Amino acid sequence: MSGQGVAQILVYSGVLVLLALPLGLYMAWAFERFSPRGILGAIEKGFYRVVRTDPEQEQDWKSYGTTVLVFSVLFWGLLYLILRAQSHLFLNPDHMKAVPAHLSLNTAASFITNTNWQFYAGESTMSYLSQMAGLAVQNFVSAAVGMAVLVAVVRGIARRSSGTLGNFWRDLYRSLVYVLLPLAVIATAILIWQGVPQTFHGHATATTLQGATQTIARGPVASQVAIKQLGTNGGGFYNSNSAAPPENPTGLSNLIEMLSLLLIPAAQVFMFGRMVLARRHAWAVFAAMFVVFAIGLAVNLPAEQHGSQVLRASGVNITQGHGQSGGNMADKEVRFGQAATSNWTVSTSDASNGAVNSGFDAQTPAGGAVPLVNLFLGEVIFGGVGSGLFTMFFYIILAVFIAGLMVGRTPEWLGKKIEAREIKLAALGALFVPTMVLTLTALSIVTKSGLASIYNSGAHGFTETLYAYNSQSNNNGSAFAGFGLTNFSAYFGAVAMLLGRFVPMFAALALGGMLAKKNTHPFSAGTFRTDGPTFVFLLIGVIALTAGLMILPALTLGPIVEGLMH
Amino acid sequence: MKNLVSSVIAIVLITAVFGFAYPAVMTAFGQVAFPHQANGSLIERNGKVVGSKLAAQAFTGPRYFHERPSATTPPYNAGGTTFANLGPTNPDLAKNIRAAALAILKLERPYNPGLTIHDIPVDAVTTSGSGIDPDISPAYAQLQARRIAAVRQLSLAAVRKLIAQNTDGRSWGFFGEPGVNVLELNLGLNSLRGK
Repeated sequence: MSGQGVAQILVYSGVLVLLALPLGLYMAWAFERFSPRGILGAIEKGFYRVVRTDPEQEQDWKSYGTTVLVFSVLFWGLLYLILRAQSHLFLNPDHMKAVPAHLSLNTAASFITNTNWQFYAGESTMSYLSQMAGLAVQNFVSAAVGMAVLVAVVRGIARRSSGTLGNFWRDLYRSLVYVLLPLAVIATAILIWQGVPQTFHGHATATTLQGATQTIARGPVASQVAIKQLGTNGGGFYNSNSAAPPENPTGLSNLIEMLSLLLIPAAQVFMFGRMVLARRHAWAVFAAMFVVFAIGLAVNLPAEQHGSQVLRASGVNITQGHGQSGGNMADKEVRFGQAATSNWTVSTSDASNGAVNSGFDAQTPAGGAVPLVNLFLGEVIFGGVGSGLFTMFFYIILAVFIAGLMVGRTPEWLGKKIEAREIKLAALGALFVPTMVLTLTALSIVTKSGLASIYNSGAHGFTETLYAYNSQSNNNGSAFAGFGLTNFSAYFGAVAMLLGRFVPMFAALALGGMLAKKNTHPFSAGTFRTDGPTFVFLLIGVIALTAGLMILPALTLGPIVEGLMH
Repeated sequence: MKNLVSSVIAIVLITAVFGFAYPAVMTAFGQVAFPHQANGSLIERNGKVVGSKLAAQAFTGPRYFHERPSATTPPYNAGGTTFANLGPTNPDLAKNIRAAALAILKLERPYNPGLTIHDIPVDAVTTSGSGIDPDISPAYAQLQARRIAAVRQLSLAAVRKLIAQNTDGRSWGFFGEPGVNVLELNLGLNSLRGK
């Protein structure tokens, strides 16, 4: 680990906070106060007219949730049809065949749920139409849906004695047009400048210096990469995702893509703080997230720089310096080296993004355990766009509940009494996904068809399986990518992604609906403070205990055995 | 029912704007502002495309600098990138590293008798993240310099100078790590004249 590497990570963190804070305040303004006039206003009114909604007509949580569900299911159907029919449709210069049924089903589920798990190699499977009008549209929409639901839940927390949470179509429009689109345009422009292709021409063909023929995949890459990072989607244009040089050509493009992937999840914490008028509480939540993020880096970077046992035993030079970054370079790229790879690994597994700039399967046991544990924390350390913070609310409620038990008072959060129904919903939201991960992993390793997906044998193969269901259930999408496509893994994966998305989402909406109905109570001397270091410590503890205790037995079968083996 | 109608209309609109208009506008921007990058950073010599700055290609034999190992099929397939996915305890990993190191020693030792396995930088024996990593570490380029100088009848200083010229530093001198673009390096080599 070099000082230079650590400095890169510190600068990244600093820039992230500097960008996230104003963006969060802007988002609060764009959702709650902004009333566009002129051309912007006319376009927005036009949208409401054609989708036949009155933006002033608000929905209760059930109605809001139903609209989300209908919209998502229909979009899932459209995406499935595009993938199945791509060979007969236009914008297919490289003559890609129809995507098989089980793969289409899994992929459609993957993209509408903001997971972007990929059982396919993009550059050799998907037509430009599928990439652009199918998958990249979902990168916008699944993120916007997540953001809309978050805004609705936050309104529930902020409001008093109210029955409604907002209008879904309005929230969807605002996140798409005023948050995601401008950021995506800026990021795309920078990425093209740095070398990411943006063309409708098909593959280029080169004759190499030694006379061989080389096919070079390209396409409308930059516009898709920008939103796959910003929307915490993660599905790459190329199979090797942002490790592929055309998807991530330089140290600067890597920085922009890393900033993009944590930017909105970090900003939404400040948006929440502004909307509920609890700035200090938002900073406390942010601090808890940041501490866990930093712990991940403090484990992953030294482990990868130290290298694997195999590399150290081989005798080659893995020492940093003298013209190399050293360490475990297996499945990593020279232009990123250890620090920028580690920074990415931790960010992407915290953010529910799932894009990678190296192959996780090849990380050391301790290094690879970091993304695995991060996924198990339920994607609340920043987490997905929208989903990260509304899942964090479950843990916050559990934390104030436990604090309430300790001091013997009714737990309160931001002036609202937390009662049995809220605790039940929070427990459901927090525990549903880890339970599903363990169940699906168990099913997969005791059945023949489940075992067929494993690529590396032994304990590492178990880790691959655990990671696969963990990643899909938590809507992350990164992989120990040796894990293979079978009918079993395609269908169970699709179930994991859909339930992992919509069960916590509905729990959060219900929670928002219940909190909206309550009245606030003034802060008293006996109220547990949710804006100090004690709360930060307690929140981290609750996350570690709930998620950590569920994962520990599984970890011992995977990375821990593997680490002890050598 | 109302949800159904609204959703269908919204889906059509959103697909039109975010699926077609947005990538089309960005493509127009890219083609006008940065046409070289937008079309894949292709490198041409005498009007023919010889490769891309962003894709490694296969180099064999003693006359060229070699790339890092690649896990794609065939190796350096810029139409199907992939990682190797060999876990840290997979026996194939140790085998592959050993084989790669021995191949390097066999190739370089005639020109560099003192070379041992401890001199080989780790990126030279490990597969890259994409299988088409266009860069090698400056250390690996230096390791190959003596062979290139001997075979091409160049001075070692001239080869080292060429390596320095083709080393991409960190972005803004700060982000990422330095790397030597092998295709550009070998193109530079071809345009140098031997003594």
